[in-house]
Amino acid sequence: MPKVVVDWLYVGVFAVVGIVLTVIPLVVVWLLAPRLSLPQKQLTYESGVIPFGQAWAQFNVRYYLFALIFVVFDVEVIYLYPWATVFRDLGAFAFYEMLVFLVILFVGLIYAWRKGALEWV
Amino acid sequence: MGELAAFVILSAVILVPAVIVVTSRNIVRSALSLVPTFLGVTGLYVMLHAEFVAGIQVLIYAGAITVLILFVIMLTEGGSGTMVRQVTGQVPLGAMAATWLAFLILVTLSRTQWPVAAGPPPQYSVQGIGTAFLTNYVLIFEVTSLVLLISLVGAIVIARREE
Amino acid sequence: MPWLLEILKAIGLAVLVFTFLAVVGAMYGVYLERKISGWIQARIGPKHVGPYGLLQTIADTVKLLQKEHITPRRADAMIFNTAPLIVAVAALLDWVVIPFGTAFGRVLVVRDLNIGVLYFTAMASITVIGILAAGWSSNNKYALLGGLRSASQMISYEIPLALGILWVAMVAGTLSTVGIVEAQRGGWFLFKVPPLGLLAAVLFLAAATAEVNRVPFDLPEAESELVAGYFAEYTGMRFALFQLGEYGEMFGMAALGSVLFFGGWLEPNLPAWLWVALGLAALGVAAFIRFSALRTVYLLRPILSLATLGVVLCAVMALGVAFGRAPVLPSLLWFFVKMFALVFFLMWMRWTYPRLRLDQLLNLSWKVLLPAGLINLLLTGFLLTVAR
Repeated sequence: MPKVVVDWLYVGVFAVVGIVLTVIPLVVVWLLAPRLSLPQKQLTYESGVIPFGQAWAQFNVRYYLFALIFVVFDVEVIYLYPWATVFRDLGAFAFYEMLVFLVILFVGLIYAWRKGALEWV
Repeated sequence: MGELAAFVILSAVILVPAVIVVTSRNIVRSALSLVPTFLGVTGLYVMLHAEFVAGIQVLIYAGAITVLILFVIMLTEGGSGTMVRQVTGQVPLGAMAATWLAFLILVTLSRTQWPVAAGPPPQYSVQGIGTAFLTNYVLIFEVTSLVLLISLVGAIVIARREE
Repeated sequence: MPWLLEILKAIGLAVLVFTFLAVVGAMYGVYLERKISGWIQARIGPKHVGPYGLLQTIADTVKLLQKEHITPRRADAMIFNTAPLIVAVAALLDWVVIPFGTAFGRVLVVRDLNIGVLYFTAMASITVIGILAAGWSSNNKYALLGGLRSASQMISYEIPLALGILWVAMVAGTLSTVGIVEAQRGGWFLFKVPPLGLLAAVLFLAAATAEVNRVPFDLPEAESELVAGYFAEYTGMRFALFQLGEYGEMFGMAALGSVLFFGGWLEPNLPAWLWVALGLAALGVAAFIRFSALRTVYLLRPILSLATLGVVLCAVMALGVAFGRAPVLPSLLWFFVKMFALVFFLMWMRWTYPRLRLDQLLNLSWKVLLPAGLINLLLTGFLLTVAR
């Protein structure tokens, strides 16, 4: 079996074994712990105040903007990974190509900065 | 034999959550079911020996895009857990259209000759991909940066206009 | 059936690594945190349960196993229960690519993936989904807000983390963790390309601290302010699973930091006279504390112990190097020393810096660390190709 498949087979087994081993303490708790369901215990925690209204937050576009800028820069980082491993063997022109790529995305970052998309308040 | 078993397991991991995504009445549960689907696709990439693509599938899809979707859902009305009607009165028409389409696809698949490509498979290693897009496919690579820039600018323009 | 054998080996290794994480990472990590915090705050920390309080965390775990699992009313039970599992399993999966050392000619690593460090960042980004799920499913406004803010912080710091790792990948020419350690036989990456290696290490450490939600970046779970943010509604063992995930991830980041910048399991390549000089310096510090009025100061005892250990270590190293033995001490020892040194550094930072406000935190990531990381990459690229 090729190395890649065996590597990720290990990853898969780790995930399954991890889930099983983390469920075991939860099962132990289910066996040992008391289960007394009182209405006061089920109330949502709000520093002693009884909560009122639906539990959702006001929509604020800044969360979406941060997540979006993160997706764009994550895709950029993906292009950097193969470049980082081969650029030395390819010489100077590989560096200049990546320079162009990064400058274009840097312009994007500066645009976002100037337009206030990176402000939290 | 082992490959077939692996493919069947991965397909189950992909398709069952995908059905939940489409039919669940709770939007957040629907969005979270995308994660096993993406991880199953990672498994398929690994079976094709494309490990770099598998790695970035987890990083981008399960790590970034799911987070983006969840952010938007949790901040709108869907995030309050209200039940959404997924099944409307158009079920019979929809079912007919879906069956007809499935039939067409199966017939086309079974009638096509699938030729085996000559020569070695393309380079899927990280070094191979890097060399490819820095030498043969440079133009596509640079244009990708422009596509990313445009999507960034466009999203900021749309989002800021609602202020 | 070779795949069955591989699966059995994988199960064995998974149980071993999980036990290591649960015992060393979570249990003794928490104990170390409490003792080191106590030392920095001029108090003793746990001391009653077991000698020097070593059994404290075991007692806490036994206690937590008996606590009731309370699920808030109208919380989405399925997602509420699976969120801690996502965080804990993501932390466990991080450890597949960390090399512990060499023994009998082979490297002690679970699997040396070709895309090692890329895989590590991918697992670190899965934790964010667990946090969002936990925050939302608690049906608690404050847990939801805490979860969203924590997720925003974590995704903002993933890019500087990746940029620090990319710098190392550039200098090493490979993404595999074993390859990166092997490439440091000529010198640690911390000191390569002089100021830029240090800059990359600082970027990595700052981003790693933010990724595990530790001070100065722990506003989303500030215990004194937001009542633990996204895991406010979690009781008993589920809460312990979140802590297992957080401490496991912290140890994983420290281990990766030591692999990337401090040579992993490789022994520092110093000549014998330098070891003797270091040993004499440590001896001087130990003697000064022991034989002066300072020996009654309780707080200096840990420094005395460390200095004595330092003397022994330097003596062994000096003798070993003088006699020409190639690696004097086992590689596993060096790996653990470096990992625990970084963990100590992370814990030290906790009580040194005030907590950053969320907008300061995000500004730091997007406006300082990200441009610095990109410029670092470009400068190093320039120096390594054009200016040869």
